[in-house]
Amino acid sequence: MNMYCIECPNGCFMEITDYEGKITVTGNKCKKGYVYALQEITAPMRTVCSTVKTCFRNIPRLPVRTSGSIPKEKIFEVMNEINKITVSENVSIGDIIINNVLNTGVDIIATSNTYES
Amino acid sequence: MKKYDVIVVGGGPAGLAAAISSSENAKTLLIEREHRLGGILKQCIHDGFGIIKFGEKLSGPEYAEKYKDMVKEKNIDIITDSFITDIKKNDKTFSVTVVNSSGISQYETYSVVLATGCRERTAKQVFINGERPAGIYTAGTAQYFTNILGYLPGKDCVILGSGDIGLIMARRLTLEGANVKGVFEAKSEPSGLMRNIVQCLEDYDIPLELSTTVSRVFGKERVEAVETVRVDKNMNYIPGTEKVVKADTLILSVGLIPENEIAEKLGISTDIKTKGPFVDNSLMSVNVPGIFCCGNALHVNDLVDYVSESGETAGKNAALYKNTNRKLTKIIISDEFMYCVPQYINYETDEKNIIFYIRVKNNCNNVRIIIKNERDEIVYSRKYIIMRPPEMERLVINKELFKNTSFINISLENGDDNI
Repeated sequence: MNMYCIECPNGCFMEITDYEGKITVTGNKCKKGYVYALQEITAPMRTVCSTVKTCFRNIPRLPVRTSGSIPKEKIFEVMNEINKITVSENVSIGDIIINNVLNTGVDIIATSNTYES
Repeated sequence: MKKYDVIVVGGGPAGLAAAISSSENAKTLLIEREHRLGGILKQCIHDGFGIIKFGEKLSGPEYAEKYKDMVKEKNIDIITDSFITDIKKNDKTFSVTVVNSSGISQYETYSVVLATGCRERTAKQVFINGERPAGIYTAGTAQYFTNILGYLPGKDCVILGSGDIGLIMARRLTLEGANVKGVFEAKSEPSGLMRNIVQCLEDYDIPLELSTTVSRVFGKERVEAVETVRVDKNMNYIPGTEKVVKADTLILSVGLIPENEIAEKLGISTDIKTKGPFVDNSLMSVNVPGIFCCGNALHVNDLVDYVSESGETAGKNAALYKNTNRKLTKIIISDEFMYCVPQYINYETDEKNIIFYIRVKNNCNNVRIIIKNERDEIVYSRKYIIMRPPEMERLVINKELFKNTSFINISLENGDDNI
């Protein structure tokens, strides 16, 4: 099986072989590629970046992201949760907007401030 | 008239980095035309920024915030909501005219760093037949609507061009509930990074059609459909391959062009390959000393980390600038390369190493970059398994290797030989 690594802009083209349960990865320039390939063939994970509504006129949308990666098949469910939120109080970069979203063990965090620092 | 050592034009990632490094040794003013610093990063809410610089995957606003924090710690004067209308060269200084809500003001400075970024190629700059209804956006405008204002630009979208912003927007619009019918690319290879093909298109089953372009727009008030057509190697339409795709929105991701209006006014000579100024390794213009350029105004980068790096170089050198005569070594590149920045080397600079940013024209497998001096001696060589146009290569090479040569030649050769 072949795949491109998405861990960094290098985008290494990797070949994954499964010989009697022993998995080898070639083509990756670093260890991240190996870890990604193993994860990708068992349970693919992704990060999600989006925005949430705010009550602030000057900043109507606040950018957010998952604090880590979530199962790929949960992306749209997580988007649903993100879309339920309206931020009405000032938040700072890194603040948790949704704690442990859908029990994934990952939070939705603010990636900007709602105020001009 | 207020006097500065360095004026940095533009408060995006290049300008922020330039102001920070300049302020170490010089009285620095940063001028930004928008209300908030951060430039385009403000709307780039996706992650993947800063892997090289900070070793983490940050979103655009987070990356910008790190630099804004660093700017605050330094002694840097900042004016926002301000436009520069003119820069004039005096005997030893430059006069900068600024317009903002308090009127017109003049500043004097010894050197200027241009960090004005780039602009998107618009619908008027690509050849599409048919109507001109509402619903045709550049990818960056669609991104601004979606991420900053919170408006979805359309429900059924067609994306022309496979540049990174187009790919990122394909995913973004899909996440927000739009139906992205396909990404069409006239070239036979995608223009964006492979990781974006995978995580923005393949993850969401968005079709990518190569060697295909949009040839016509239908719709009176609003886009109703577009016609796609396959193209041959010379970009000519192949008759009989037309297809009509129903869509209410056409998004263009068809290239970026460095913004150099100010540079042109100053008579700075620009490289037709990069569309940015000709510079030496201090990132100073080769024909107007005292003017430095960095980031996407210099050449269009694929990674913000390198934008910051060039900002840092330009800022540092602008602060140290003394108007002395330079002896420049010309860098000549072979046909396989799209461009190389810098285009000249000034051997008399402080740096130990010279950073080259170089990009190939076409995909190349198993090749070797070879650098030769005027005596045809190989001073540097590096092997690559693959080189792709969307992925700029960065070479850091000891300056000593370029001593006593009036020019250097960079060429691309087969990687199999034993050098």
